[in-house]
Amino acid sequence: MKYLEEKIFKIVMIGAAAIILGVLIYILGTIFYKGFPSLTWEMITSIPGGGFYLGSEGGVLNAITGSVFIITGALIISLLISVPLVMYINFYLPHKSILSGIIRFSLDILFGVPSIVYGAFGFALMVYMGIRASLLGGIITVGMLIMPIMMRSLDEIARLQPRDLPDALLSLGSTKYEMTKVLLRQLMPGLMTAILLAVGRGIGDAATVLFTAGYTDNIPTSLNQPAATLPLSIFFQLGSPVEEVQNRAYASAIILTVIILILSFSARYFSSKFQKNKS
Amino acid sequence: MLGIAIFTMLFLLVIGFSLFFKALPIMKEKNLWVLLTSANWKPFKGDFGFLPYIISTLYVSLIAIIIALPFSILTSIFLNSYASRSIRRVFEPVVDLLSGIPPIIYGLWGTLAIVPLISNKIAPHFVDFSTGYSVLAGGIVLAIMIIPLLISIMLEVFRSIPKEMTDASLSMGATKWQTVKKVILRKSFPGIIAATVLALSRAFGETMAVLMVCGNIAQIPHSFFDACYPLPALIANNYGEMLSMPSYESALMFAAFLLFIIVVLFNGLSRFTLNQIEKKYQFS
Repeated sequence: MKYLEEKIFKIVMIGAAAIILGVLIYILGTIFYKGFPSLTWEMITSIPGGGFYLGSEGGVLNAITGSVFIITGALIISLLISVPLVMYINFYLPHKSILSGIIRFSLDILFGVPSIVYGAFGFALMVYMGIRASLLGGIITVGMLIMPIMMRSLDEIARLQPRDLPDALLSLGSTKYEMTKVLLRQLMPGLMTAILLAVGRGIGDAATVLFTAGYTDNIPTSLNQPAATLPLSIFFQLGSPVEEVQNRAYASAIILTVIILILSFSARYFSSKFQKNKS
Repeated sequence: MLGIAIFTMLFLLVIGFSLFFKALPIMKEKNLWVLLTSANWKPFKGDFGFLPYIISTLYVSLIAIIIALPFSILTSIFLNSYASRSIRRVFEPVVDLLSGIPPIIYGLWGTLAIVPLISNKIAPHFVDFSTGYSVLAGGIVLAIMIIPLLISIMLEVFRSIPKEMTDASLSMGATKWQTVKKVILRKSFPGIIAATVLALSRAFGETMAVLMVCGNIAQIPHSFFDACYPLPALIANNYGEMLSMPSYESALMFAAFLLFIIVVLFNGLSRFTLNQIEKKYQFS
């Protein structure tokens, strides 16, 4: 009897796992199947021409560059804040200090704040500071979104660092700052993973940039200009009643999905490399 | 560096307070109770009843959890106690990818795959007509989006169970499933609850994917096949237009504030529980 139960549940479990795998394949399959016919070189290399939203020529280069600009800016901001913070709570504060506990806890919560709330907050902040929907607004808001992601994944890896390396460095007479520099080099693969995860999350998020970055058919040339983003570009093209435009939305979705696939696999590559270093 | 540390801690408060002050005008103008329980939403006449949005959010998120939970528990048990190393290695990127796919792609897939499925295949068995843009569509898409989060947390929780415990059970002649049922699941129950609450709060805040598949009609949905209009979608859809009306803007900020408070509360509770679990097993 107990062996029967064992067998039944094993089958159910394998079924559940297989369904999850199947859904992933189904999602990717649907996107590629629908979008592939409309995916042309022009899509990637040109900005929307006149009548693009009625079905005539053009591409989504505006959205691709806009997304890249925004995520680059956001990445710089969040790196400048999160690297020192993670170093501080891991190597400056004493082991298991209360302060680092509180900081980690607030990071966990910040990580869970929905992107639409960041979007609304970012918008309120922009109104307060007198910034219009622009590249700068998008950078600030996406920066806020990806900061906790980066901090948490970097912290997770920094926490695994053996404690004897910092101790050895300190006993050799290095200052804490010098010690941090050495440790940062040690954490490089982990930092790469954190960056890739954060970029993946930031580049695909639409709710944060919806009110803060605006939308344009051109490539932004300054921080004050509005910037298009890939997810919003997909969203707006989907809203069109013209079939060709909708098909292009599917093609744009392939572009975004491929970017995410590359980011995700490279993140995995770097984290496996890190694990190899560890053992 | 201490400055950055303090800034990070205060950041949460800054967000909370600024949303609160933005929402203050509407809370002064209307009774808080009326805002939360009235179903009357006519912004241009000054009626702001959030009930349809709150109910929609709850409805969609609950369906998502109900669908996602069994799949996630079963899969995490499978990965934890049954799967071979190579299967686990294949499955890790699957979970990674599912959590990495942007909401807009989920939404797109939902409109292409789930909405027609509901409208053509499922709904005709139950109701006369459904466009497919419904509570159920939102729930299904959301379920897939929270599964990776559930699986990764549950795997961590299972991993925190000391190996001696499962070994003891197995050596007494219990089968693997009996061990799972009587030792692992029982031991990790608080962790599973915490993971569920965390996933629920993620579901509350999910915007774009749900917005694209749930129909966006401000009503209290009566069945799975009715359209609904969750809070995040309300904010996302109306944000640009409301600037001319201060009370409308304040009302939307109130929605954001509401979302923020609930999510912070849920997150705080479950993270606290998960941290306790981790701590307990680190020292033993």
